[in-house]
Amino acid sequence: MDKNLRWRALAILAVVAISIWGFYPPQKKVRLGLDLQGGVHLVLRVQTDDALRLDTETTMEQLREAVEAKGLINVTFAGVDPTRFKVDGVPQGQDAAFREAAAEVETRFNRESGTGGSYSFVMKPNMIVQLREDAVEQALQTIERRVNELGVAEPIVARTGAAGDQIMVQLPGVANPQRAKDIIRSTALLELKLVEDGPASTKEQLLQARGGVMPGNMDVVPGVSDTGAPGDRAETVYYLVRKVAVVTGRDLRNAKPSLDETNRPAVSFSLNTDGARKFGKATGENIGRRLAIILDGRVQSAPVIEGRIFDEGRISGTFTQQEVQDLSLILRSGALPASLTYLEERTVGPSLGADSIRSGVTAALGGLLLVVIFLLIYYKLSGVNAIAAMVINLIVLLAMMSYLDATMTLPGIAGFILTIGMGVDSNVLIFERIKEELAAQKGVKQAIAAGFDRVFLTILDTHVASLISAAFLFQFGTGPIRGFATTLSIGLLSNVFTSVFVSRTLFELVLSRRRAATLSI
Amino acid sequence: MQIFTKPNYNFIKWRWHAIALSLVVIAAGLLFMWSKGGMPLGIDFKGGTIIIFKFENAVHEDDVRAALDKMPGEKVVQQYGAASAREILVRLPQNVQQEEGGLLDRDVKAATAALEQSSLGKFEVIGTEVVGPVIGAQLQRKGLLATLFSILGITAYIAFRFRPSFAIGAIVATFHDILVTLAFLAFFGYDLSLNVVAAILTITGYSVNDTIVIFDRVRENFRSMRRDSLEHVVNVGVNQTLGRTIITAGATLLSVVALYLFGGEVLKGFAFTMIVGIISGTYSTIFIAAAVAIILSRQREQAKVPAAEAPAGGARKPKNGKNRAS
Repeated sequence: MDKNLRWRALAILAVVAISIWGFYPPQKKVRLGLDLQGGVHLVLRVQTDDALRLDTETTMEQLREAVEAKGLINVTFAGVDPTRFKVDGVPQGQDAAFREAAAEVETRFNRESGTGGSYSFVMKPNMIVQLREDAVEQALQTIERRVNELGVAEPIVARTGAAGDQIMVQLPGVANPQRAKDIIRSTALLELKLVEDGPASTKEQLLQARGGVMPGNMDVVPGVSDTGAPGDRAETVYYLVRKVAVVTGRDLRNAKPSLDETNRPAVSFSLNTDGARKFGKATGENIGRRLAIILDGRVQSAPVIEGRIFDEGRISGTFTQQEVQDLSLILRSGALPASLTYLEERTVGPSLGADSIRSGVTAALGGLLLVVIFLLIYYKLSGVNAIAAMVINLIVLLAMMSYLDATMTLPGIAGFILTIGMGVDSNVLIFERIKEELAAQKGVKQAIAAGFDRVFLTILDTHVASLISAAFLFQFGTGPIRGFATTLSIGLLSNVFTSVFVSRTLFELVLSRRRAATLSI
Repeated sequence: MQIFTKPNYNFIKWRWHAIALSLVVIAAGLLFMWSKGGMPLGIDFKGGTIIIFKFENAVHEDDVRAALDKMPGEKVVQQYGAASAREILVRLPQNVQQEEGGLLDRDVKAATAALEQSSLGKFEVIGTEVVGPVIGAQLQRKGLLATLFSILGITAYIAFRFRPSFAIGAIVATFHDILVTLAFLAFFGYDLSLNVVAAILTITGYSVNDTIVIFDRVRENFRSMRRDSLEHVVNVGVNQTLGRTIITAGATLLSVVALYLFGGEVLKGFAFTMIVGIISGTYSTIFIAAAVAIILSRQREQAKVPAAEAPAGGARKPKNGKNRAS
């Protein structure tokens, strides 16, 4: 055996050994896609308009305060759309004072003057971009924290979509998809506000004492009367509360499930230093009044402040044990900056995934078997050579998949089957050419050499063309289709190696032992 | 073993017949689709809801359909997989109010509730897919872009490696395969889904492969057969590679048929598309690609006769090894 040939044979053995070591055992080393192991795939859109609207409203309130501080009266403010608000009724001759008050707002909003003392303020474009970006990024981080707390193994949370406002969440092997969906989507905006009046059964009742006019610094918030048992449909009541919250979810340090004084499930929370300072001051000054605990715009409970409290509190209401657990999880992970809507949801039950694996593997083995029989019948002993090349190709493919941490999906298994086809194609090309060369009265060695040499460029061309379409499939594909493109691309690359290098080395190895006059092909 | 010993069929002679046959099939397919109001789109592209139920006792599709009678829109209720699995797939159309306030899974809940109230016994939801209109439109755009870009990419590659008229031949053959495949998908009532688009793109690659193999051979023959007519050189190339074309198609078909038979419900559409595409791809390789290349080369040739001095661009003479390493 010549030295060169020996090295090539050793190199092939080494590749096979490393590959087998690389993917063995496949259950642990090959990552399965959601379609095979079961799980949830979600795409959500962050309603970034919410974040813009909040900023516009806050800015409008700031301006109102500044304008009132200048002593201007009868100036009205109104929000128009998420990025715009209007100011009306600035008295003539007071324009200068108004503009002075608006100076700070104008760092972020463009002011447009209208007629008769009216102005409109439009958020600057770079602010809009920045706020939207921040909202999506913050939502992404919040969802990541929530998903991690759910205890899902290897979740994926990533931004998608052309506009960049979509978030994709993949949770493999989740047992209760509905719970996961609810937890991800909860806004969980917690606010603690001082109660001015209430509870009352209608809004009008609350306003009657104030002449039917809502004071500018107050709000009416609905809630449930907090006497019912868990799960009870209690009647809706209304509270008149201060607009400005004493503390919000941002001031939380921790939240965990606990029980209230009547042993109903509740959530205990603790506040960070800043929150505790604010909370201590507000509770100390308002002993004997009610404090509304508001979650997502609904009063959960409104206990009477019995003493000064610093950094501990409890949210009680008509919760079940599960709700209490989920609520503490959500509060710990922080509030979402904007609401979310689901655009796409796919769930695959574990039994369906297992079925898919079974049928995918059956199909792959069936295809392999058919092709093996065909090669043996058509190419006789040379067929063994082609089969060896094909099997090595599949081994290398599996190893590369686990090395690149690529995901195996059901279409990915189809990619495996097509790789088998591509491998056969290359071998057929080479073998047919060898047959032609043999027919042209060439010796076995020369015929094999000529066959491989002449066909090499063709194989290169066909593989490059297929790789081009696989690349675009990967670029534009999603989920399972990407798995297909990945398997196909890796299969194509390793096929160049096995069908040209491995197959040729095997031929030469056999021929180096005996001087053959004929070839079984 | 040898399927063809020294084949010498005159494929090129039949080129007009072949083109006519293909046009008929494609026209029939387009007409059929048009009569149905366009290519039927799966929920990936159109949006909608798919729920897969697994029943404890055997149930009939009609009973499930009757239980869901109150749900609006056109429903599809069919057996999923083998009858012994007792799995039923329900497909519901896009509902308009979706995507407002996270109501995307409303239909899943409504259908589940409707079945719970029926007397069909215990069941389990083993899979759901809900695609809203935003994602549907997005996936449509992506699928289209992927197809167009991969065809463009392959065309550019062939134009670079061979001559432009060959690239056009390969592309015509590719479009031919896509259209024929779509026609058969429509005839057999398959929806266009993401998986089917992936299969179509794979066929594109496959069909181009076949074409490249023939073109490679033709290019090689140009060097040894300078005096022969273009038709003859191409025809010899097609015949020389005929064995390989048929064997490869056969072997690949074997593995795809295995996929169709054993691959399960999810891959049925994919495997069917591949089967049609491989057959069409083999046909178009033999009859369409080379024929178009010849027709185009010929026209250029004729256009050039009066201006014999004109610089050779896309000429019939092969480019001597400039683009080729050997």
